[in-house]
Amino acid sequence: MTEKAVELKGVYKAFKTGFTMKKVEALNGVDLVINKGEVFGYLGPNGSGKTTTLKLIMGIIHLDKGEIKIMSKSPNDISIKEIIGFLPESPYFYDYLNAVEFLDFYARLFSIPKAIRRDKIRRLLKMVGLEKRAGESLRHFSRGMLQRIGIAQALINDPEIVFLDEPMSGLDPLGRAEVKEIIQGLKRDGKTVVFSSHILPDVEAIADRVGIIVNGKIRDVGDLDKLLSKRVSFVEVTVFGLDRDMLDPLKGKAKVKRILGDRIVLLVEGVENVDAVIDYIRFCEIGIESVEPIRMTLEELFLSETKGKSK
Amino acid sequence: MKSFIKKIWVITLNTFKEAVRDRILYSIVFFAFLILILSTIMDVVTIGQRAKIIQDMGLASISIFGALIAIFVGIGLVYKEIDKRTIFTIVSKPVTRYQFLLGKYFGLVLTILVEVLAMGTIFLALVYYTSGYINPRLFAAIGLTFLELMVICSVAVFFSSFSTPILSGMFTLGIYLIGHMTRDLYEFSAKLEGTFLAVILKILYYVFPNLDNFNIRAQVVHELPIDPKYFFYSVLYGLLYITLLLFVSSIIFTKRDFK
Repeated sequence: MTEKAVELKGVYKAFKTGFTMKKVEALNGVDLVINKGEVFGYLGPNGSGKTTTLKLIMGIIHLDKGEIKIMSKSPNDISIKEIIGFLPESPYFYDYLNAVEFLDFYARLFSIPKAIRRDKIRRLLKMVGLEKRAGESLRHFSRGMLQRIGIAQALINDPEIVFLDEPMSGLDPLGRAEVKEIIQGLKRDGKTVVFSSHILPDVEAIADRVGIIVNGKIRDVGDLDKLLSKRVSFVEVTVFGLDRDMLDPLKGKAKVKRILGDRIVLLVEGVENVDAVIDYIRFCEIGIESVEPIRMTLEELFLSETKGKSK
Repeated sequence: MKSFIKKIWVITLNTFKEAVRDRILYSIVFFAFLILILSTIMDVVTIGQRAKIIQDMGLASISIFGALIAIFVGIGLVYKEIDKRTIFTIVSKPVTRYQFLLGKYFGLVLTILVEVLAMGTIFLALVYYTSGYINPRLFAAIGLTFLELMVICSVAVFFSSFSTPILSGMFTLGIYLIGHMTRDLYEFSAKLEGTFLAVILKILYYVFPNLDNFNIRAQVVHELPIDPKYFFYSVLYGLLYITLLLFVSSIIFTKRDFK
């Protein structure tokens, strides 16, 4: 049985805003399970509740209703902080410190001995590509560099579960590739990684499972493969030796997508029409080169879940 | 227990480092100039009383100068962490919120201690230069002034734990001023005995810190006797007030959301 790393049950959180202290629901009954050792991508439009969820898990804000467990412990249990790492969204750090001092500060909060600290800091700076800027004040760091040093601080305690809020934001394509590589490396080491992102191709490339949150409610959650495979947009059937006028009986079931010499690529709309189309082609004694289901991309899935539902 | 204190110390040192790198300690240079100018003026306008006046004004300057630094550094101490969201990464580490708050408080106190030591040294050097000797009771006066500043730091941290810097600044400055008038509040309430206002004034007397308890300037400068018990009770009062205020601050800080 898969072990749960994080579990949220009926999580509800509202904030009072403005002069009239109007209550705004940020999360409304969120149920979510993140398994040990997986890379979990948390998606949602702006203001959907991603950051609020992560803040609740981290104990930065308090629950109104519901329950959160990290490795079966409450987020308020200080011992649980020993095994987690966190990178907040658009991080701002103590800019009067240099990179080494900054990481040393966090390492000392974990009571890591000096010799180990020194080695760890050197290794982490190398991992995030900042070893040459080690002595430079964070004040002079670009947004991308702050993001990298933020990732390094999240990993200072060699955590079992790492939470990254928008880790790719502010990074150039090279930086994004490096972060993806770090996340994949963490997975190889058996760590659980939970990250939120707007960059869907990145999520698609590294997440084992995804959760989509809209208006404070989970819309969809599951294995990325299964989520996308159960949503076949259409099926492409490539045939050869078919005259265009033989297509009339397929009207409403398939249409020509493109013609490549004597090959015709038919677009079958709806999985339920695939059998009928193939039966007809076989009846006409025409060759079938391929039948390929075209799956929804994560972007299409995300858009279909969020369209018209976000605030 | 060792680890508990160590984590507070890590935050204390970081807070002190922030103050140093934000050039807060440069204010000592300003103090040195101020006290030199004052002594020069006193040299011209006083006859015979110069040493006493320098002692009185020097001690008062340390108190006022230290209070201003405690207020202006203290009010933004916690607020800045929330506003700049540096608190997010701290809370995600194995540090309780009250450890964090205590660390910030002691960091501020350490900054003030360095300020007081530097200002005290400059002041004592000037006293020695003008009168040829140093009254040992001046050390006690500086020590109690430092305790007064510790109380002000706790007030600043208290307001900073839930309010904005502007409001915290106004409240802390207000408490600093009222704190030097609490005896008047008590005497006034005695005159209005039996009225609602008297009750209010009495409550204010007990709630606000009596900062005059830490002021032995007049006794030191004019070489009047000081009961050792007075010194003991002032220290006890100061430490109790700080403990209580930090305890309440910790409760507020632990319960609040960081948006």
